[in-house]
Amino acid sequence: MLRTATRLTAGVGALLPLITAAAETPLNMTKGVTAVSQDVYQLHMTIFYICCVIGLIVFGVMFWSIIHHRKSKGVKPAQFHESTKVEIFWTAVPLLILIGMAIPATQVLMNMDDTSEADVTVLVTGSQWKWHYKYIDDDVEYYSLLATPRAEIENKLAKTDNYLLEVDRPLVLPIGKKVRFLMTSDDVIHSWWVPEFAVKKDANPGFINEAWTRIDEPGTYRGQCAELCGKDHGFMPIVVIAKPDTEYRAWLTNLKAEQAQAKAEEQKLLAMSMSMEELMAEGEKVYLAACAACHQPNGEGLKGVFPGLKGSPLTIGDINGHIDIVIHGKKGTAMQAFDKQLSLRELAAVITYERNAWGNDTGQMVQPKDVDARIKSAI
Amino acid sequence: MSSVAEPVDGHEHHHGPATGLKRWLFTTNHKDIGSLYLWFSFAMFLVGGAMAMVIRAELFQPGLQLVDPNFFNQMTTVHGLIMVFGAVMPAFTGLANWMIPMMIGAPDMALPRMNNWSFWILPFAFSMLLFSLFTEGGGPNFGWTFYAPLSTTYSPESTALFVFAVHIMGISSIMGAINVVVTIVNMRAPGMTWMKLPLFVWTWLITAFLLIAVMPVLAGAVTMVLTDKYFGTSFFDAAGGGDPVMFQHIFWFFGHPEVYIMILPAFGVVSAIIPAFSRKPLFGYASMVYATASIAILSFLVWAHHMFTTGMPLFGQLFFMYCTMLIAVPTGVKVFNWVATMWRGALTFEVPMLFAVAFVILFTIGGFSGLMLAITPVDFQYHDTYFVVAHFHYVLVTGAVFSIMAAVYYWLPKWTGHMYDEGLGKMHFWCSLISVNVLFFPMHFLGLAGMPRRIPDYALQFADINQIVSIGGFAFGLSQLIFLWLVIKCVRGGEAAAAKPWEGSEGLEWTVPSPAPYHTFTTPPEVK
Amino acid sequence: MSERPHSQPNKPDHRRLLIKLGFAVLGMFGFAFALVPLYDVFCDITGLNGRTSDVAAVYDGPTIDTSRKVTIEFIARTQGEMPWGFKPTVKRMSVHPGEMHMAEFEVHNLTGRPMVGQAVPSVSPGTLATYLHKTECFCFNQQPLAPGETKALPLRFFIDTDFPEGMTTITLSYTLFDITDTEAGIAASQAAASR
Repeated sequence: MLRTATRLTAGVGALLPLITAAAETPLNMTKGVTAVSQDVYQLHMTIFYICCVIGLIVFGVMFWSIIHHRKSKGVKPAQFHESTKVEIFWTAVPLLILIGMAIPATQVLMNMDDTSEADVTVLVTGSQWKWHYKYIDDDVEYYSLLATPRAEIENKLAKTDNYLLEVDRPLVLPIGKKVRFLMTSDDVIHSWWVPEFAVKKDANPGFINEAWTRIDEPGTYRGQCAELCGKDHGFMPIVVIAKPDTEYRAWLTNLKAEQAQAKAEEQKLLAMSMSMEELMAEGEKVYLAACAACHQPNGEGLKGVFPGLKGSPLTIGDINGHIDIVIHGKKGTAMQAFDKQLSLRELAAVITYERNAWGNDTGQMVQPKDVDARIKSAI
Repeated sequence: MSSVAEPVDGHEHHHGPATGLKRWLFTTNHKDIGSLYLWFSFAMFLVGGAMAMVIRAELFQPGLQLVDPNFFNQMTTVHGLIMVFGAVMPAFTGLANWMIPMMIGAPDMALPRMNNWSFWILPFAFSMLLFSLFTEGGGPNFGWTFYAPLSTTYSPESTALFVFAVHIMGISSIMGAINVVVTIVNMRAPGMTWMKLPLFVWTWLITAFLLIAVMPVLAGAVTMVLTDKYFGTSFFDAAGGGDPVMFQHIFWFFGHPEVYIMILPAFGVVSAIIPAFSRKPLFGYASMVYATASIAILSFLVWAHHMFTTGMPLFGQLFFMYCTMLIAVPTGVKVFNWVATMWRGALTFEVPMLFAVAFVILFTIGGFSGLMLAITPVDFQYHDTYFVVAHFHYVLVTGAVFSIMAAVYYWLPKWTGHMYDEGLGKMHFWCSLISVNVLFFPMHFLGLAGMPRRIPDYALQFADINQIVSIGGFAFGLSQLIFLWLVIKCVRGGEAAAAKPWEGSEGLEWTVPSPAPYHTFTTPPEVK
Repeated sequence: MSERPHSQPNKPDHRRLLIKLGFAVLGMFGFAFALVPLYDVFCDITGLNGRTSDVAAVYDGPTIDTSRKVTIEFIARTQGEMPWGFKPTVKRMSVHPGEMHMAEFEVHNLTGRPMVGQAVPSVSPGTLATYLHKTECFCFNQQPLAPGETKALPLRFFIDTDFPEGMTTITLSYTLFDITDTEAGIAASQAAASR
């Protein structure tokens, strides 16, 4: 008896290095950093263990038969084929187990559902293929895009630690406060998911959904879109940075100032002109970040899905038509209105780039003031 | 699996089959049509499997290597559609065609000409679907669940082809189901009372009613997608007063019964095989029938458990959670009954039994993950991750597909008149069993660790497991070639099979010679 | 050898059953479409999708429940590329159940062409949608706007006195869709032009 126990311990001991080696590769659900996510984790483990026990019993009985009730062992088959008592027993017992599971599940669910009395409200809008965050009470808003360079995705550069889980502007939230998320979408259905908060909610176009969290620990938490939303569904990650409330406040004030300053600088820009080199250099950057996912880095698009820009009547034809479609988008397609997402400078650069790259040698430059004029002329 | 045209006994009045292509094009014989269905489904299994290989090859390591994300989405979509509508469902219809008349002592299906049509429209449907992949803009890329508005406003131009293909598949299934119902209700041999029906017949009868109830709803859903996309209606467009979430309600009202359509006949198959190789009658026949019926009824009340994250009110989430959990009860009864059937039997483990036992264990594992998924608060973490992918592949591959393989091994001697190569069969079983678990079991971990489904590229912490999964996938794919070889070999020859090659098997199909003559039970048997 | 094939006497039965099953199939196909209005009715009763009624409610002067206050938040956004400005003049109001209130939303056509918008309301938590009564709402109609036009759109509402205890916040969001090119949009712009 003792010897078996020793052997068993030795066996488990031998497994340990394997387990630690696998620590890099997570194998179980995260406990997360909120009370709710911990409840969810507990519930998950409880139900998992119950399933294991049931499985052990049922499969145990089955393997007992497989080993002992073999024809080759000369067993004569019994002929019983029903037993009301047994059948009632194994209908009733699972029912009781299920009720036992349903009670804690109901409690956790009711807690998750209560979005009232929130301290911070963030409107989360999904669109193909980025997230937009708006702090309702502070009039601060911005887009959050995948920051992994295309070269890494295309295996031309070594992949770094947070490959596909990094964004240019993460969502910043205070810890210890109840944060409410209002979810909606600009085009198809997306789903905002951060495993550490146990928050996953669909963003439906035209409708709003709610979810909430209260983060316990400061840190960086990463998630992904969880509803198939088209081509780049796998490339719209979520990054949340949780900070103490004071730091969060400071960040918010800072951001407001920055955004105001950027606006002011944009006005200044209207008076001057950028050089072709400047425009092309910046334009390429913006193009790769905002346009290349659909129109492709080589400007050839995807046949039948996303139109090519190389030699297209749009990019080598009328300049105003080109500006208009970039700033207003095209209804009912994945082409969005980029005046909401890019600055005048970025818009001017990317349009110039599109008119001069890949052999579209129009030689034409678009200045921030030209874009501004088109936006205003629309009014 | 062709029923070889053996000379028919002289005193039978019926002629044998015609020859050549005409035999297959115009056949109204249930055995011929059954064979057509089975071969077709196997071909589709290989096509859908090839797409799975593309998916697994792309996911072998992080980064984009082989295909672009848009094509990747087409692969996941068409893989799903083909496996569901092209492989699993026609395979069960094929089994129904072959076996139901022989099991109930009928000479053929009730509506033989409709039977011919219901098969022959299928190749058109799938050609159309596959053709759409080669159109400009590509084929369907919105997932087999085709959620609006991704499948309406934002879908490729080939969506109309997808819609018509689904319409035809639906019509085919409905005609097949009607045929099954009419056959079972009207054509049972004298004395074959309801509670004497083999369970395969029972489960198929209930499946057929499910098909009649929900395939038209799917047809409605795709029709609405069609009119929303091309004719300016706004069923699912908020701007025109519609609601994209309503699409999901309609789809899953079809979709959940659909998953039982794919598993109930499997229950029937396993309920025939386990008693045969345990040499002991099935435990709890009546409770099996009632459990099947209650699963079918409950399947109409649980659809929204696929939609917990769409933002349902609390009472809705609770209702669907409780109903879903309740399904575990009749399903549990079935598993317990199978185990009780094996208990104190005299077991042997020929290939059909191996697959049937593997079915019980692995399907139950799929059932456990299903139960976990039913718990709404934790479902928020599992939803749309690889945990779900693992779950439904356990119930559909090691569940439905394993049961189909068990059925083929079990009845192959009856169909061909030859015993299959037992050694090759065992090799197929063990290769499949090991590789399928290497393929799907680690997916549970991927999902729990946070990998969303339907993504062509992933973060680095998922790399190791994905590599293991892909290796399992390739191995499972290759293992099926053994099966193909085995079946061909068995059709072409082998040890002659007795009328009843399995010692413990029960049922009318074993009273006719092997191979089953082209026409059986032209005179109804007496069932005591 | 004179046995009749036994399907023969059953033939008429086949037909009867076939007809019944055929009707079942047609019925279920119809049911799929019937699900559309059924869904709307179901949503109206339960607030399943958070949609508010698109018919004006009648204010019958209920007794105002001054013992508690409910916060109503307004969210206004335009869908995707719709080039309009759209915002509530106040972000939130604190009201007593039963009290009549008015909120205004400012809408601004930023383009140089006449356009028609349609606001689609959505309430969260959805179950509270049935307790929000709107006696007048711009979302009941299409909104045609001339180039560059700015307009204040009124919303008159009251919160039902049966508003569940324990709930304190209700969020009303409007998403403005561009329907200029749809049939309804064309009709609305023609009506606006003839006025």
